[in-house]
Amino acid sequence: MTEDDLRQMIGRVKRGHLSRRGFVRRLAAFGFTAPMATQLLAIAGAAPAAAQGTSSYRPTRRGGGGQLKILYWQAATLLNPQFAVGTTNQDASRTFYEPLAGWAADGTLHPILAAEIPSVENGSLAEDGRSVTWKLKRGVKWHDGQDFSADDVVFTWEYNRNPAVAAVSSGSYRDINVVKVDDHTVRVEFEKPTPFWADAFVASRGTIIPRHLFRDYAGANSRDAPTNLRPVGTGPYRFVSFAPGDLLRGELNPNYHMDNRPYFDSFEIKGGGDAVSAARAVLQTGDFDYAWNLQVEDEILKRLEAANRGRVNIVEGGNIEFIQLNVTNPHEEVDGERSSIKTTHPAFSDPAVRQAMALLVDKNSIQQFIYGRGGPATANFLNNPPRFRSPNMRSEFSIQKANELLDGAGWMRGRDGIRAKNNVRLRFVFQTSVNAPRQRTQAIIKQAAQRAGIDLELKSVTSSVFFSSDVANPDTYTKFYADMQMYTTTMTQADPQLFMNQYVSWEVANRQNSWQGRNIVRWRNDEYDAAYREAEAELDPVKRAALFIRMNDLICGSNHVIPLISRPLVSASLNNLRPVLSAWDNTTWLLGDWFRET
Amino acid sequence: MAGSIPVSATASPAAPRKRVTPWQEAWRRFRKHRLAVVSALILVMLVLAVLVGPFVWTVPIDEIDFTARLQGPSWEHPLGTDDLGQDILARVLYGGRISLAVGFAAMAVAVIVGTFVGAVAGMAGGRLDAALMWLTDLFLSLPELPLLLLIIYLFRDALTGLVGPELGVFILIVIVIGGFRWMPVARLVRAQFFSLREKEFVEAARALGASRSRLVLRHILPNALGPVIVAATIDVAAAIIAESTLSFLGLGFPPDIPTWGRILFDAKDNLDFAPHWAIFPGLAIFLTVLSINFVGDGLRDALDPRRVK
Repeated sequence: MTEDDLRQMIGRVKRGHLSRRGFVRRLAAFGFTAPMATQLLAIAGAAPAAAQGTSSYRPTRRGGGGQLKILYWQAATLLNPQFAVGTTNQDASRTFYEPLAGWAADGTLHPILAAEIPSVENGSLAEDGRSVTWKLKRGVKWHDGQDFSADDVVFTWEYNRNPAVAAVSSGSYRDINVVKVDDHTVRVEFEKPTPFWADAFVASRGTIIPRHLFRDYAGANSRDAPTNLRPVGTGPYRFVSFAPGDLLRGELNPNYHMDNRPYFDSFEIKGGGDAVSAARAVLQTGDFDYAWNLQVEDEILKRLEAANRGRVNIVEGGNIEFIQLNVTNPHEEVDGERSSIKTTHPAFSDPAVRQAMALLVDKNSIQQFIYGRGGPATANFLNNPPRFRSPNMRSEFSIQKANELLDGAGWMRGRDGIRAKNNVRLRFVFQTSVNAPRQRTQAIIKQAAQRAGIDLELKSVTSSVFFSSDVANPDTYTKFYADMQMYTTTMTQADPQLFMNQYVSWEVANRQNSWQGRNIVRWRNDEYDAAYREAEAELDPVKRAALFIRMNDLICGSNHVIPLISRPLVSASLNNLRPVLSAWDNTTWLLGDWFRET
Repeated sequence: MAGSIPVSATASPAAPRKRVTPWQEAWRRFRKHRLAVVSALILVMLVLAVLVGPFVWTVPIDEIDFTARLQGPSWEHPLGTDDLGQDILARVLYGGRISLAVGFAAMAVAVIVGTFVGAVAGMAGGRLDAALMWLTDLFLSLPELPLLLLIIYLFRDALTGLVGPELGVFILIVIVIGGFRWMPVARLVRAQFFSLREKEFVEAARALGASRSRLVLRHILPNALGPVIVAATIDVAAAIIAESTLSFLGLGFPPDIPTWGRILFDAKDNLDFAPHWAIFPGLAIFLTVLSINFVGDGLRDALDPRRVK
């Protein structure tokens, strides 16, 4: 599709010859995602098809639904969304805090604390892409009775951009300016034309926090705020109790700003256990209503589903299970930090070793025998908005080629069969979280590596440690004190801009940012940085997509990142529960719209 | 009477009937305990199997074969396969080496430390005795599993850096499990020492000018060993179970090393449709622990000098 075709089509929408929905559908045929299409319309001045039929919410009064029991096999450890590294913490915080808008499953923006979705048509989106004006919903109250206003939104921006706070979402707020227009209007100003304006204040990185409670903790003492563990938000449920790593309870918020919502009188999110017992607790015994992220061998899920109590929900998204090959040396300590960017990895600095590792990953078997429905094999890091999927990457499994490659690069087998060169042995620590499919995958890769003269030491860390944001723990994935690691990274927005900042040089996780940086593999590449900067300002969607594809090819081509399988969201719910799920936002993004069919 | 076993030379009268050494006497009593004898046989078979087995059954423990996933027992795979098509018999045999090695090594640590502490306390008496018993009580009050988790978390990296992951975890587990099991042994030994050191044969030896260390090593300790051996057998079983617990929690040895506990951990998700995967390692743990306990029971009977028959 050329630019001209696109402009013509947008013109037809403006003149009313083509419905917005038809436009979205037509673009989808060319691989544009719905969010991209709707944002195109918004930029071009045709109002977005915002949130049509996001939810089929039917209950006609607030409450009366009893208790909603949700099971997370990784428990949340804190409830401040701005410090929430893992999905579990984000999801748990999101039950109380709300952003201005969230991403629905079809990729459209769904207003939550915003009165409407900005668009060029209603004058709130600047045509040059340099500012967006959000109108806030009126009459919204925090759980403690205070009024929600533009001050809170401005404060959230100040809080996030303050380096002393060390918020995870700081990247979304650093380069913008937020101005309070009046009590219920804020304007977000961008330095450069910004095609993806729906980042700050939207979805998981955009939850608004109350100024009156965080004001005194907006600096280096941010971690001491009592509100970090006793959240006061605007959401459909308000806080009751929280045992970190175990149980989170909430109750109906009688002053919620949406009519007839929520349906349930209370909810609890129970943490802990493992994915299989979580699946069992819903599908087999029916003890819980909903179980999150069932990273379970498909075979087991199918057998459990046969009990006919619940069903497995599979929602397409951009999440990906992948392997990282450390750029830095995890075995050397520099300035009190291992895996410091002042070091380089003794073996992985050789491209041949990295390429050999990539050749030793049998993705097809991993898909076929382990993940099934839950994980199609992929060669790309950036997968799901199909428009951004690179056609250039191929993956191959060949032990023979890996051997030839290593022989050619001078890595010779020692007496024990392990290759070495210049006193560097190909012996790597390969870590991941404790999770049966991951241990299976580790075993498959280890065996192939062994045949190529590479010895892998497998390490599995309990999920609650591996994915925690605990700065004191050496086993977290953000510290990456291992040669290789494997986990799933989530794509929480339908736009890849945030997703792809995982490899820009200024996001490197290190001691200074308390390992909150998103570039965990610590890969740095000038061309990638430049492409990313360009994509941030490129208003032409086609050129922008090409840039993201280039970025994907750069990082995958470096083999520091080996994509395995893409991971649709797999969850289980009881047959009568109607959860509102979206792959582009948190599981609990619209918890207020969940109800039970009677 | 505790002193009735004629260990010291001075106490051996010329008997008219055939001379029977204390060990022969013990063996005679042990044989009478049927269950103990059967258990000992089973235990010997298990030990032989894990020692010799991998040389006879040479299927590799980590050979992945997707065409033979989750198969039940067959001639090709006598104990079936797991979900990667790995042979469970080979894994159980290999895992048994580790589990049993952990068990016996931890037992050795517990017995050596316990005997030493108990002997010192029993011989010294007074303040040293009181201090050592406080220490023993202190250790008894420590919760084993949480501490084990903490120690593994703190020292695993340092130790695996020094001696490699498998040996590092092995040393950690052995030291920790052994280090938390010596207290009963110490108390037993101390109590034995208290009673034995006042016995006539010890006094006789002392009167003959035997040194303190000779008194302990030649006269008292051999007589105190009965209860220690019994406690040791129980420790073996406890150590095997502790290792299984750790593996089951996903700690302990690296995930690709198939200790019995780890195989169980891997198998538990598939329990309802591939029970063979869990049953065999489970059975191995069960048989080992049970037979060791029976052997301990038999040894207690055999080595108890108070028993007349």
